[in-house]
Amino acid sequence: MLWVDKYRPKTLDQVIVHQDIALNLKKLVTEQDCPHLLFYGSSGSGKKTLIMALLRQVFGPGAEKVKVENRTWKIDAGSRTIDLELTTLSSANHVELSPSDVGFQDRYIVQEIIKEMAKNRPIDTKGKRGYKVLVLNEVDKLSREAQHSLRRTMEKYSTSCRLILCCNSSSKVIEAIRSRCLNVRINAPTEEQIVKVLEFIGKKEGLQLPSGFAARIAEKSNRSLRRAILSFETCRVQQYPFTSNQAIPPMDWEEYVSEIASDIMKEQSPKRLFQVRGKLYELLTNCIPPEIVLKRLLYELLKRLDAELKHEICHWAAYYEHRMRLGQKAIFHLEAFVAKFMSIYKGFLITTFG
Amino acid sequence: MAPMLQSSQQWVEKYRPRQVKDVAHQDEVVRVLTNTLETTNCPHMLFYGPPGIGKTTTALAIAHQLFGPELYKSRVLELNASDDRGINVVRTKIKDFAAIAVGSAQRQGGYPCPPYKIIILDEADSMTEDAQNALRRTMETYSKVTRFFFICNYISRIIEPLASRCAKFRFKPITEEIMSSRILHICKEEGLNLDAEALSTLSYISQGDLRRAITYLQGATRLFGSSISSNDLISVSGVIPQDVVEALFTACRSGDFDLANKEVNKIIAEGYPVSLLLSQIFDVVVEAEDISDEQKARICKRLAEADKCLVDGADEYLQLLNVASHVMLALCNMPEELNYES
Repeated sequence: MLWVDKYRPKTLDQVIVHQDIALNLKKLVTEQDCPHLLFYGSSGSGKKTLIMALLRQVFGPGAEKVKVENRTWKIDAGSRTIDLELTTLSSANHVELSPSDVGFQDRYIVQEIIKEMAKNRPIDTKGKRGYKVLVLNEVDKLSREAQHSLRRTMEKYSTSCRLILCCNSSSKVIEAIRSRCLNVRINAPTEEQIVKVLEFIGKKEGLQLPSGFAARIAEKSNRSLRRAILSFETCRVQQYPFTSNQAIPPMDWEEYVSEIASDIMKEQSPKRLFQVRGKLYELLTNCIPPEIVLKRLLYELLKRLDAELKHEICHWAAYYEHRMRLGQKAIFHLEAFVAKFMSIYKGFLITTFG
Repeated sequence: MAPMLQSSQQWVEKYRPRQVKDVAHQDEVVRVLTNTLETTNCPHMLFYGPPGIGKTTTALAIAHQLFGPELYKSRVLELNASDDRGINVVRTKIKDFAAIAVGSAQRQGGYPCPPYKIIILDEADSMTEDAQNALRRTMETYSKVTRFFFICNYISRIIEPLASRCAKFRFKPITEEIMSSRILHICKEEGLNLDAEALSTLSYISQGDLRRAITYLQGATRLFGSSISSNDLISVSGVIPQDVVEALFTACRSGDFDLANKEVNKIIAEGYPVSLLLSQIFDVVVEAEDISDEQKARICKRLAEADKCLVDGADEYLQLLNVASHVMLALCNMPEELNYES
């Protein structure tokens, strides 16, 4: 088992990083009174861990016995029926799904499943009717229609069904939904907290950690705990006992983006643009999301540029990312950004050095 | 009902006014509607106004008061954006319901029960234009037996032919006093302790949206128990602490791009919602006295553009960085000689 999963806190008491939030969540559910919740925070900050721990707190160990199901829905939409397929994770008391996987038809799923859940409510041992929990992932990727259709459904079925929504950026969740939920912001763990967790894992695994080693991993992890633990494990596989100056392997794709950045700094010509296109395609075919590529590219370029150019480049990065979101083919916009950069940089070189 | 259900009820639902006369602060609307209750004469209606001020509440209350619990199911059709409301539904479901004839006026159990049905279309501004067009004729044909209530946030998204067929009511944003009195009422009912500072914080962070205020209040109660301070409310509402905004601003003033970049990275890692941050930056900029009008204009222009991009789904980090860079250019009076427009 990967350490990421092995040392994932199972209960709210075991949480190391977000102790204050865990404490609040515990208070929240002990009163048997759970509002709709909206968790938001950057990736690797522990949203999912907290949600699972919360479910366990509410429903006991039964919440961990989940089954993966590939369910199909037949939805009657007026003149035609729509067949939808979606993978769900469910236990007796909760259902988890990422409705955004079905693309633009996500709203049917959202409406269907909540109505379905509201119809058959679980009865606990005392004969009381409890509520079910629906965990929706990636709410920020839901279409506007689906989000709108959540609004009233949330109110209507609030006695029988609680929603836990999980997303990266709450800007993309419409105001109407945010105002109906208790918003829980999960901040990314600080580097000290990551070090603490790494030391904890090291102790459990009986490893010798040279001083400063954990801190270096934490620094490289970009405040993502998941990434820190993964690269910690990679280091362990590569070389043990650790040496204090052991190299921490960077991600392949980050290396690759860095290479692209140096390429376009070195030469600005159509020929180079063509070569870069090949590299960008390589990244995209390896399923690196285009906006991440663009962000990383900007990061690499900003490291190498003079201060006066930074403003302009970051403006264009924002511009092309926006265009990318509106358009269909990411490669055009990535390439446009590279071309734009080349022209600006070339112009800058000519005016400075003649 | 099981005791558990009682406690798990949302306060928003629990304290929803049941009668038209209880609706706070919307005097004109209430006057017209009470008149309706007496005469049972009712035009098509269009309610519009910002969220959380009682539009849906009013519509539901009048329907309940007209028909009472028994007839309510057969006389009122409530459709909102969570139901499918394409043109097909308008052509079939709404038309079918509208076409049903009803008996003549007879008072039943103290309710007026006028001889028509009511169709409530909540969140009507999210209906497609086609669907709205399909309603036009339906409204007129069946006007003898059916009344339509449209509820929406933006009246400009209702097509003119529909709007002209309705009596329009603008719901006013709730003033601070009304909101305070309503909140205090809930506090009394629930046995909460809320000091004056917390109360003013609550009305500031909810910005006139009573539903939001009540949700925050309930959230804070669940987390922090029955005495609530203004800090508790801020942490529940997700408002960004002022010092975070200040820090970003100071970084921009310094004119050092890397410093601003670091600050932006920190904000993103903390998970603050950028759309909210933009509006808070806006507040700071507009109120700042040491910034010239021209600088303000430059900054606001970028804020507006970034907001639009965020709505389109653009990346938060890049947009915020872009805003920070432009704020820096404006504050340090660096020229925007670069041609950004092309």
